[in-house]
Amino acid sequence: MNDEKNKDGNSRRRFLKLGLIAGAGTVATGAILATGKSLAVESGDKVKVLTTSGEMMEVDKNFLTLPPVDRKDSHQGIPGRKFVMVIDLAKCKNARACVESCQKGHNLPHGEEFMKVYLLQDSLKSAPYWFPKPCYHCDNPQCVSVCPVGATFKRSDGIVLIDNERCIGCKFCMTGCPYSTRIFAWKHEDVYDSPQSYSPEKGVPGVEGTVSKCDFCPDMAREGKLPYCASACPMGTILFGDIDEDVVTNGVDTYKFSELIRDRAGYQYLENLGTRPNVYYLPPVDRQFPVERGYESLDPEIKARYDNTPFVKKLKDKEKKS
Amino acid sequence: MSQTQTDELLKEFAPQLEHTGLKGKIWIGFLIFMVCMGLFALYWQVSRGHIVTGMRDNVVWGVYIVNFIFFMGISYAGALISGTLHLFHAEWRKPVIRMAEFITVISLLIGPLYIMLCIGRLDRLPNLILFGRIQSPITWDVIAISTDIIGCFIFLYLAILRDLSKLRDYEALKVPAWQKKLYKMLALGYTGTPEQQIRLKRATDIMAGMVIAIAIIVYSVLAWIFSVTLQPGWHSTIFGPYFVIAAVYSGTGVLILAMFIFRKVYHLEKHITQKHFVNVGVIMLVLAAFFGYFTFSEYLTKWYGSEKNDEILIKILFKDYYFFFIFSNYVGVLLPLIVVGFKKLRTINNITITAVVVIIALWMNRYLIVVPTLESPYLPIQDARAAWLHYSPTWVEMVLTAGGVASFCLFFTIASKLIPIVQVAELKEEPKESGDIYLR
Ligand code: SF4
Ligand code: SF4
Repeated sequence: MNDEKNKDGNSRRRFLKLGLIAGAGTVATGAILATGKSLAVESGDKVKVLTTSGEMMEVDKNFLTLPPVDRKDSHQGIPGRKFVMVIDLAKCKNARACVESCQKGHNLPHGEEFMKVYLLQDSLKSAPYWFPKPCYHCDNPQCVSVCPVGATFKRSDGIVLIDNERCIGCKFCMTGCPYSTRIFAWKHEDVYDSPQSYSPEKGVPGVEGTVSKCDFCPDMAREGKLPYCASACPMGTILFGDIDEDVVTNGVDTYKFSELIRDRAGYQYLENLGTRPNVYYLPPVDRQFPVERGYESLDPEIKARYDNTPFVKKLKDKEKKS
Repeated sequence: MSQTQTDELLKEFAPQLEHTGLKGKIWIGFLIFMVCMGLFALYWQVSRGHIVTGMRDNVVWGVYIVNFIFFMGISYAGALISGTLHLFHAEWRKPVIRMAEFITVISLLIGPLYIMLCIGRLDRLPNLILFGRIQSPITWDVIAISTDIIGCFIFLYLAILRDLSKLRDYEALKVPAWQKKLYKMLALGYTGTPEQQIRLKRATDIMAGMVIAIAIIVYSVLAWIFSVTLQPGWHSTIFGPYFVIAAVYSGTGVLILAMFIFRKVYHLEKHITQKHFVNVGVIMLVLAAFFGYFTFSEYLTKWYGSEKNDEILIKILFKDYYFFFIFSNYVGVLLPLIVVGFKKLRTINNITITAVVVIIALWMNRYLIVVPTLESPYLPIQDARAAWLHYSPTWVEMVLTAGGVASFCLFFTIASKLIPIVQVAELKEEPKESGDIYLR
């Protein structure tokens, strides 16, 4: 794979840079210029960004700490993008770096996770494996279909977001989603009091009595950064990119999406349900770590989650016997 | 002749409207207390958030939704039973239809409250209209239920109109002045001229048909809330008719129970006889057979084909919910078949006990549809928190459930204090020459 990457790595890398900057671009010169009260002082360092109308323009670097896109704009996608994620199950050792950085980035209260790591085992005789699960940002999302008020919506860039200021909390989307992706704010949490201005793109601060979930970090994409999970994983398990531009990266390695999926037999989870997910998995072949490694180092609290899995049951039986 | 009969009935039922005995007052006081407890639990839930319920991220809908389906279901008693009996001119219906109609309207008012309890942001309810999306089954439900409420109110109103005019004209009635005024206002100047009678009959006929149709739609839409999702236990094509049958079934149960209670309390032994119990019982028997048939096909296909997730669900049903499953899907089906099926067993008491069993079984049936499915999603629930793994209702949910039942009884009691529980006006009042008004 590495060879392949190097073969035309150059062009791809250049392309990626552009792509990521373009992501930052939509940001919005509009927003900065319009509000006009940016406190940043010009640094003289210019950065290229793409405007919402698709033009390249130079902006001072200090202006790139951008205000969040407002509610209305966040209903539109980032123009020209179609995001995709690839999760390489062969690399996952349940280090939980993705979960933790996501929780921190989204200011989630303790115990609430957008990214969940499951310990799956397809059948009793097959091998267990770690299975990180974000929202799949389905192209045929049940959650969006059933929402009575349009508080969950699908954008042109493929991202499914929630507008927590419109959501009535009926939880229909939670029963609609077949992947148990969504979480509900059952009570008011202190972190919700944060003075940050709200935007569906950031999903922060949370709102009691509404639903939230993994958002593919569109605010980060606008700044040209990878989602928290993808950049946090020490193993580079999570790759993020653009399906139209056919590229995914974990910040270190960059791959052609179509080739990666072809060569590694990428698949979508339970795609037979017709949801058409935008998250692909690479099967856990040639694993870099035995599955135990991800279990033994866990906090007892997290460990207890997996108590009902056949793998842990077997492990405990063995311990008892010896 | 008919005039005197009506007057006699009025005289008989006047005390019911005129005073409330000590027992009645205690009963009403108790109900008000229960409702207040419910209000307190509601305050608790609103102020502390939904965390005070047993619902969590996997089982996002609990007994509230069960109660919602249940109350919507019994609202069928009136719609279907009184509607159909009206259209088929079943003469025996007279002493029982008023109760059926009351059940319909009152449970229709209480049912939707439960879905509100399930909603995280009650303050944003207007969004349902401001940003309503017709693609969502919840919007279908909002439209269907509000239509149903309006339709059933009109139907009930038409049904009691003649009684209202009788009450207005009955001088000897010793009720407060406001109540008399109320009768006068509501009677809309109906005096029973042939023309008025024809109009009333026509309107009632149309509404009876409409109410039946609307009720079927409402209940199917309600079922679709579940069956449009991809969840293993819900994604079923027969849910629409299944829910409709289950609804009427539970409705007849509640009707029989109401007949029994009012017969005792208001001494209606003369009017409501064993015949009525047997007749409604036979309706219940037929529905029991249908219900059993639907339940059987639903679970047989799930079990026989046994897709992985269906298998998990069936396992949960038979392991964690064994008692519920047996009671609701075996006892709840077989008991009416046996009790009403054998002539010897058909006593008033037996039929009433069966009805109570049916009511409980049907409530459990809804519980089995809602909760175990949510406990067995496609991705296994991996959580250390017990509440996230298994749902069990908290005191808030139980008190609110009891509060709902209490308000149902309270409204029913109050309604029976305002309007005779047995229709006093004759069933057929229309003059001969307009008997076949549709032929003209
Ligand atoms: S995974 Fe679930 S929440 Fe995410 S888009 Fe698909 S249906 Fe919606
Ligand atoms: S809980 Fe909120 S986002 Fe989900 S369906 Fe209801 S209104 Fe829409």
